[in-house]
Amino acid sequence: MIVYTLFIVSLIVFAITQILPADAAVMMLGENATQEALDALRQTMGLDAPIWQQYFSWLWHVVQGDLGTSLRTGQPVGPVMFEALGRSLLLAVLSIGLMLVLAIPLGIIAAVRRGKIADMLVSLVSYAGVALPEFVTATIAVLVFADWMKWLPPTGYVPLTENFTAGLAHLVLPVCVISVILIAHVSRMVRSELVDVLHTDYIRAARLKGIPRREVLRRHALRNALLPTITIVALDVGYLLGGVIVVEEIFAIPGIGRQLIVAIQARDLPAIQAGVLIMAATYSIVNFIADILYAWLDKRIQYD
Amino acid sequence: MTEFMKRLLKTPQGAIGLGLVVLVLLIVVAGPLVAPHDPEKLAPLARYKGPSLTYWLGTDQYGRDIFSRLLIGARATVVMAVAATIVGTLIGALIGTASAFLGGRADELIMRTIDAVMSIPSLLFALLVVNLLGSSTVNALVAVAIAFAPGMARITRSVALSVRKQDYVNAAIARGESSAYIIRREMLPNVIAPIIVEMTIRVSFAVMLFATLSFLGLGAQPPAAEWGLMVSEARRYMHLSAGILIWPSVAIAIVAVGFNLLGDGLRDALNPRT
Repeated sequence: MIVYTLFIVSLIVFAITQILPADAAVMMLGENATQEALDALRQTMGLDAPIWQQYFSWLWHVVQGDLGTSLRTGQPVGPVMFEALGRSLLLAVLSIGLMLVLAIPLGIIAAVRRGKIADMLVSLVSYAGVALPEFVTATIAVLVFADWMKWLPPTGYVPLTENFTAGLAHLVLPVCVISVILIAHVSRMVRSELVDVLHTDYIRAARLKGIPRREVLRRHALRNALLPTITIVALDVGYLLGGVIVVEEIFAIPGIGRQLIVAIQARDLPAIQAGVLIMAATYSIVNFIADILYAWLDKRIQYD
Repeated sequence: MTEFMKRLLKTPQGAIGLGLVVLVLLIVVAGPLVAPHDPEKLAPLARYKGPSLTYWLGTDQYGRDIFSRLLIGARATVVMAVAATIVGTLIGALIGTASAFLGGRADELIMRTIDAVMSIPSLLFALLVVNLLGSSTVNALVAVAIAFAPGMARITRSVALSVRKQDYVNAAIARGESSAYIIRREMLPNVIAPIIVEMTIRVSFAVMLFATLSFLGLGAQPPAAEWGLMVSEARRYMHLSAGILIWPSVAIAIVAVGFNLLGDGLRDALNPRT
């Protein structure tokens, strides 16, 4: 199934880049190249072959791990993209970690204290969280915490292996900005799942047996309410990757999002194809793992 | 209808959300008529002014009145977002309903394909489409609509699947009605309520997506008063005056929160059981 998904993604990616108004041969030789030179290059690059033949030859190379050569730099695209992906994944994993640490307790508090002040405060936070796009939150965060307070560096990227503290300081604002919208979404989901579970008969039965509230919550309710969070977080990875693109652009982090923006602006077709494919594959693989994990944790669900 | 309005206004989300959305729509309709200044008139001597009686929210890096720019930019920002959401919803609802109605292999194929499309982040998808068509506001609208369609199709399908099992659909099949008739006349009207809720909430995401496209230089172009563009232009001058950054941000937040609250209020009002 994941193979079919990736196959369709490759088709879409190839189709979009084929329609893009950019001619690889013209890009490499410049506007003033002679017709003969262009034709010769097209022939060596296989651009004169029928479309489907070009697609399968591209796909065949991708399957073998060869993502093509950048039209902009002349370097192989694969190594550059995967190195950039590493930095983006660090950003993404830290953001998901921060989000889980904050969103799950917030959701639980809101559900348990439903209708009370704590619940209203949590919903206030979640509405505020979805009020602004990342680039606005990021800009305001830089203005307040870097320019006014001088607590954190405004932009830039320092590898953790080079200087751990400085690297971490550079990651604080990007990670916080990415997690804001996710925290808002996931805490609401946790709340509504838990509210539903708390109304079921087996919870009432457990309470009637005389088990203390805290114990019912921990042993019976949370186990069932938190399971769907896996699926929700996995689906949010798509949104997260979009956020990563914007945040990397603003904070000048050399991740895959930044590479993609550069590639799109330069109409560097092989780099665009590779970047989109890697992003879509990341999303599909995360969701695939989430499905397996869910089935493993909840024996009632079977996937074929 | 009055009964429904009463239920909507009873919840705090519904009341506040409806208030904010009505306010925003009023600005969209009447904003340009009441704007006190010309939004594109440069005033080199009145740059970075704080709020005053002449300039209610101060002036920007070119001495343009921020308040007037916000009033006029509402059309570029809100109308586009609403239009893109409606188009995306229509396409998605049609695909989702058809998929649920056809069922079996066709349904499987359509949904797997939609999964594949959704594995490309919608912002990236919009970026690619705009790059494909060239950057302009209309192309940005098309891009956002296409990016929204798969998600709406998935939601519509799950609602439609439960409608599909209802007796009135089976009755229509037994009567020998055509597939197109059943999808259009029997199923669509009954899946509309949950879709309207989802659509309302998505308007706020559309506003943000448009703003982000403008920020990346692929949406509205200067000197348009689109709010996202105003924020991204303000970034270079924010050290000189925070107001040029804050006010358009507040405007975006009002729209986003308003539509979000209204969506939640509608959900509660349409679903009296919870």
